[in-house]
Amino acid sequence: MATTHPNSDKYYIPHGSPWPILGSVALFAIMAGAISYLNDWTGAWSFLPGPLLLAAMFFGWFSTVIGESQHGTYNQEVDRSFRMGMMWFIFSEVMFFAAFFGALFYARRLAVPWLGGEGVKVLNKLYLWKSYNPGWPTNGPAHVGGLSNGTFSVIPPFGLPAVNTLILLTSSLTVTIAHHGLRSGNRVLLKTFLALTFLLGFSFVSLQIHEYGEAYRELGLRLSTGIYGSTFFMLTGFHGLHVTIGATMLVVIWLRTMRGHFTPNHHFAFEAVAWYWHFVDVVWLGLFTFVYWL
Amino acid sequence: MANTDNATTHAALTGHEEHDAHGEHAGHDEHADHGKPHGFWHRWLTSTNHKDIGTMYLVFSCIMFFIGGAHAMLIRAELFHPGLQFFDPGTFNTLTTYHGLIMIFGAIMPAFVGLANWMVPMMVGAPDMALPRMNNYSFWILPFAFALLIGSEFVPGGGGGTGWTIYPPLSVEQGYALPMMIFAIHMMGASSIMGAINVIVTIMNMRAPGMSLLRMPLFVWTWLITAFLLIAVMPVLAGAVTMLLTDHFFGTSFFNAAGGGDPVMFQHIFWFFGHPEVYIMILPAFGIISEIIPTFSRKPLFGYDAMIYATASIAFLSFIVWAHHMFTVGLPLASELFFMLSTMLIAIPTGVKVFNWVATMYRGSISYEPPMLWAVAFVFLFSIGGFSGLMLALAPADFQYQDTYFVVAHFHYVLLTGAAFGIMGGVYYWLPKWTGHMYNMTLAKWHFWMSAIWANVLFFPQHFLGLAGMPRRVPDYATQFTDWNVVSSIGGFAFGLSQILFVILLWQCARGGERATGRVWEGARGLEWELPSPAPYHSWTEAPSMATLERGAPMHQTHG
Repeated sequence: MATTHPNSDKYYIPHGSPWPILGSVALFAIMAGAISYLNDWTGAWSFLPGPLLLAAMFFGWFSTVIGESQHGTYNQEVDRSFRMGMMWFIFSEVMFFAAFFGALFYARRLAVPWLGGEGVKVLNKLYLWKSYNPGWPTNGPAHVGGLSNGTFSVIPPFGLPAVNTLILLTSSLTVTIAHHGLRSGNRVLLKTFLALTFLLGFSFVSLQIHEYGEAYRELGLRLSTGIYGSTFFMLTGFHGLHVTIGATMLVVIWLRTMRGHFTPNHHFAFEAVAWYWHFVDVVWLGLFTFVYWL
Repeated sequence: MANTDNATTHAALTGHEEHDAHGEHAGHDEHADHGKPHGFWHRWLTSTNHKDIGTMYLVFSCIMFFIGGAHAMLIRAELFHPGLQFFDPGTFNTLTTYHGLIMIFGAIMPAFVGLANWMVPMMVGAPDMALPRMNNYSFWILPFAFALLIGSEFVPGGGGGTGWTIYPPLSVEQGYALPMMIFAIHMMGASSIMGAINVIVTIMNMRAPGMSLLRMPLFVWTWLITAFLLIAVMPVLAGAVTMLLTDHFFGTSFFNAAGGGDPVMFQHIFWFFGHPEVYIMILPAFGIISEIIPTFSRKPLFGYDAMIYATASIAFLSFIVWAHHMFTVGLPLASELFFMLSTMLIAIPTGVKVFNWVATMYRGSISYEPPMLWAVAFVFLFSIGGFSGLMLALAPADFQYQDTYFVVAHFHYVLLTGAAFGIMGGVYYWLPKWTGHMYNMTLAKWHFWMSAIWANVLFFPQHFLGLAGMPRRVPDYATQFTDWNVVSSIGGFAFGLSQILFVILLWQCARGGERATGRVWEGARGLEWELPSPAPYHSWTEAPSMATLERGAPMHQTHG
């Protein structure tokens, strides 16, 4: 980033931008498309226009910002605003996952034992669900979903999930090595390890997809398999979505490094993506521990 | 201080030095107004200016206030007499549901964000919000979100009839309206989170040199804490409604006991959002009142530091009291006790605030301009809502009050005569600064007295109805409840009509009137009053000088 820009002592205030309003239209199109599909008003095509608009918006908005950044429009203060903004955004994401972790803990520790008649809820056992033996994993007293006989199996933690843990932990390491490369001016190290990071990210996602296929076909473990299937797929599914977004962001900044963007002292976008990557890593550790293992 | 790199400090020291005692030209160069874009669509659709975006938020909120109010009028019309007059019960449930959702997410919250947009940069000496493009995004999502929400009232099968709390299993059984409501809530949440991130970053990173944290006006402080609450809990609401969506459409069992889930779990997740949410709707009002009362008492705010600690304590406590909304669902005894006691603790920091406002007025040289009228009414009437809140906090008593009109009376005292009166006070306080004109004082006083009187006629009898056992969310009731319902409905219609005065006043003030000075109110202190009225399109493009900062310092520093 050029620090000699004439205005670098001033906080840069953009004047008029078409991208946010396009983003609002895109968001509306996504929601309207999903609503229309879910209500059986239209076919699955209605999912398409919104995301396309959103992608166009992101492309335009980020192109503008990257262009401004390359022209040295942003001073240290603007950079600090971006950093703070990204940290608070990640905090909001943490709270989103907290809602689903909360649902998992509540179901395991309270809802399921109560259904089995624990404590003052003894009448559940005596009158409502007489033959239900609460435990975890469970798809509830009515054996909702699962195989044709209402049973299902879970994915053992020390198979693919353990491999995936190794993959994500390694990718956190590689992105840190890439960062060191960037800071010390070693561009080859930067490019190589950044590429390695998103490749690891995408291999994580493909292993997850493979695992989902197995769960659906053979184990009877589906989104509709009672509370276990609900929490399992919503937690790991939203996590997988975030890994995909994070890996895509890694590809974008990798393409930018190929074009010579970022300097050892000025590389907010790189750091933002790296923080995001560490965040999906930490969420995964929680998932591995509480969803797969314990 | 984040804002001390050499360049900025240099700009501050060599910047425009104003010689006018009223600071008529402070902090903006002669070209400041020239940045105003031409063309209606260009100016408003693509705006990155905090004042234009603030105006859009406030206008939007005003429109929603009237749409939500129209729902309330229909509710009061149905309840004017026992029996079913106008609506079938399903439609009536829809009216209460959308009245709540529109007032909370459409009227109160955007009004506070609009006030923050207008005032926070001017109060901390910043040239704009920290992330101006995202500022535009967070506003323009809202009209689209409300198009979905209000649209869902008119789909085949009708709108959702669940109440704003959208509890399952009822909510999972809604028809076409359900996904529309849920996605509208997702969009509002995205808007709120982006708005809150912008406010936090502006406050933490954009303060002028010398504006240390403990010199910030109370309105800025309360918004800083509110923004934190918003970022912490809006994603939790998003998670909760996502679970509703998947339970309805994709066969998950989060709230289905047969599959091992629990409908009560939704209430826990919802109120983990919902209780901080009620403080999101009141803390910025606390901030506004803390600005107004010192100005018209001509005394520094009593206990500035204590006010900040009290606000932070309330915010912390708001995370550990959620189940007091659920005392009758069959919680374990230990939970009942914990949530009862933690809820009552909130009375302490809130009491600190009320006593501090009263102590600020004590032996002050008080004058009753319209903002002060709203502020004094706020202190009285919000306290009534606080007292009924304490009654509701007692678990055994709540077993009687749960789902009665007593609860309705309680939360309308804190939300209407609390949050909305706070917003009104703020608008009357800063309106001359925005438009450059003083408003019609007679009309303003009429608006205040009509609102204050009729709001009490409207809601006070609902305490009696609730204690006598009238349930909330019913279109019909036993005949012994008739008299107070008639009184309440008359109060409701009169209150609704009184708000037309407000629109007339705003319209007149925007178009002309007596020129307002920069200071506007003789007792006003703060950086926003060091700018001319109307505030220039771009303010504090040069950070305020130390002299301006000293003169604009809140009274607790200059007199305290």
